[in-house]
Amino acid sequence: MEVTVRYFAGHRDIVGRTEEHIVLEDDATVGVLWELLVAHYPRLGGYSGRLLYAVNQEFGTLETRLRDGDEVALIPPVSGG
Amino acid sequence: MKNGEKPILHSPFSILHAMQTEDYFHITEAPLDPAPLVALVSAPGMGAIVTFAGVVRNNFGGRLTAYLEYEAFEPMATAVLAQLAAEARAQWNTGEIAIHHRVGRLEIGETAVLIVVAAPHRHEGFEAAEQIMDRIKQVAPIWKKEVWADGASEWVGDEQERKGNR
Repeated sequence: MEVTVRYFAGHRDIVGRTEEHIVLEDDATVGVLWELLVAHYPRLGGYSGRLLYAVNQEFGTLETRLRDGDEVALIPPVSGG
Repeated sequence: MKNGEKPILHSPFSILHAMQTEDYFHITEAPLDPAPLVALVSAPGMGAIVTFAGVVRNNFGGRLTAYLEYEAFEPMATAVLAQLAAEARAQWNTGEIAIHHRVGRLEIGETAVLIVVAAPHRHEGFEAAEQIMDRIKQVAPIWKKEVWADGASEWVGDEQERKGNR
């Protein structure tokens, strides 16, 4: 299956793009995706445990299961206001 | 937060609701003006209208700021603002609440966020406004980049990540 990953703020600076498509095994979780991304972009590792995740615009967790076509937004520490 | 409620999206009148709530919860590049929001939330039973404005400061921890750049994950950010207002409204039994947040480049002294709460009495209004501001800083998918007077810049909240990689 394939999901779309969205990058914001410091993540976008590290990855160098706003989004990309990632192929995952069926039933993969957000946690599996995050580990894959950290392996590919080691500088993302510094955010482990300090970011939020959204799947199709709703907050999720590392345990959230993904489906083909899902949009996963990685949300680095927020700083609105 | 795993199954965060979104009463607006789950309402049977979702389309009508979404059109109405656009006035109340909004992310915009345009300058923010509190007057229309005060008018929007005012009602005869509301004896207190609390307006909080978050304004761009000229320094952070003593280091001089040139300007700020905000970005938001839309449309989720707007939905989260509406959700935070619903939380505060339920907890403090307020009247209507409006929250507008600006994105793009903001100069010193410009307003980045407006929270306007109508309540029967002032205590609930102040508490609700403060709670909403705290929650925005915790969960709303909005980010600010501090551009320093010396030309350097950084995403606020990323300090730990940078230190970890030094």
